[in-house]
Amino acid sequence: MPRVVVDVMPKPEILDPQGQAVARALPRLGFDGVSDVRQGKHFELEVDDSVDDATLAKIAEGFLSNPVVEDFVVRRVQS
Amino acid sequence: MRVGAVTFPGTLDDTDTLRAIAASGAEAVPLWHGDADLRGVDAVVLPGGFSYGDYLRAGAIARFAPVMGEVIDAARGGMPVLGICNGFQVLCEAGLLPGALLRNAGLHFVCKDQWLKVENNTTAWTSRYEPGAEIIIPLKNQDGRFAAPRSTVDELEGEGRVVFRYLGDDPNGSLGAIAGISDKTGRIVGLMPHPEHAIDALTGPSDDGLGMFLSALDSVVAS
Repeated sequence: MPRVVVDVMPKPEILDPQGQAVARALPRLGFDGVSDVRQGKHFELEVDDSVDDATLAKIAEGFLSNPVVEDFVVRRVQS
Repeated sequence: MRVGAVTFPGTLDDTDTLRAIAASGAEAVPLWHGDADLRGVDAVVLPGGFSYGDYLRAGAIARFAPVMGEVIDAARGGMPVLGICNGFQVLCEAGLLPGALLRNAGLHFVCKDQWLKVENNTTAWTSRYEPGAEIIIPLKNQDGRFAAPRSTVDELEGEGRVVFRYLGDDPNGSLGAIAGISDKTGRIVGLMPHPEHAIDALTGPSDDGLGMFLSALDSVVAS
């Protein structure tokens, strides 16, 4: 069964305090050289062949993401 | 006069909201998320809490509940609708109000009594307040940072649709210290702080919250 991945990220102009907190923690843990972290969401959907790209876009835009503050990318990783 | 309060799975403040509605003199009508029925109410409040555990995003799942289809239709028809905290998040997710509520900038759950300025006292939910009134009511949330495209914020400011603004330090990093907004008609209002917890000085920081529920009654009578 095909797998579809949807990645949802805060838009670049939206403050991401969770990502910032991760970025600030890294030097304290001894990891240098990471200048920025953005935190988002990763969804894996097992879908029937009948689910077309337009439907996937509707799922991603209308439910998995909030287009006011988030961008999304839909990828088929297995077919 | 009948005013409803919706209970979703994970709603916390429905009881206080129903109590505030009753204290304003209206008949408090419990509404259930799974029933596509507003039970003949004249106005609706979406109370605070963590509907569906805030899974996906705060309010993202609640906005598809059967009762919300009725709420959305009624709101578009002019019924006064107030979203408090999680209810505000639901109204934004449903597209009845612009913008979104994101994780507090400081990443802390904020719980305190908060001073607000009533920036617009012409909405269906704020007519009982004096122009520029300063009120204190509880604020308690994790995802209370109002965010929207710059153009949306400019539109809200320009049209007087910023209804409540935080006074003092911005507690959650909201753009423009925005605590509450309205739709273009002023009949749909959402705010993060909790008027229903401030209707009696015995149990709250003030009784400043009662004015919102009284305002809605005036609005229903006038229409």
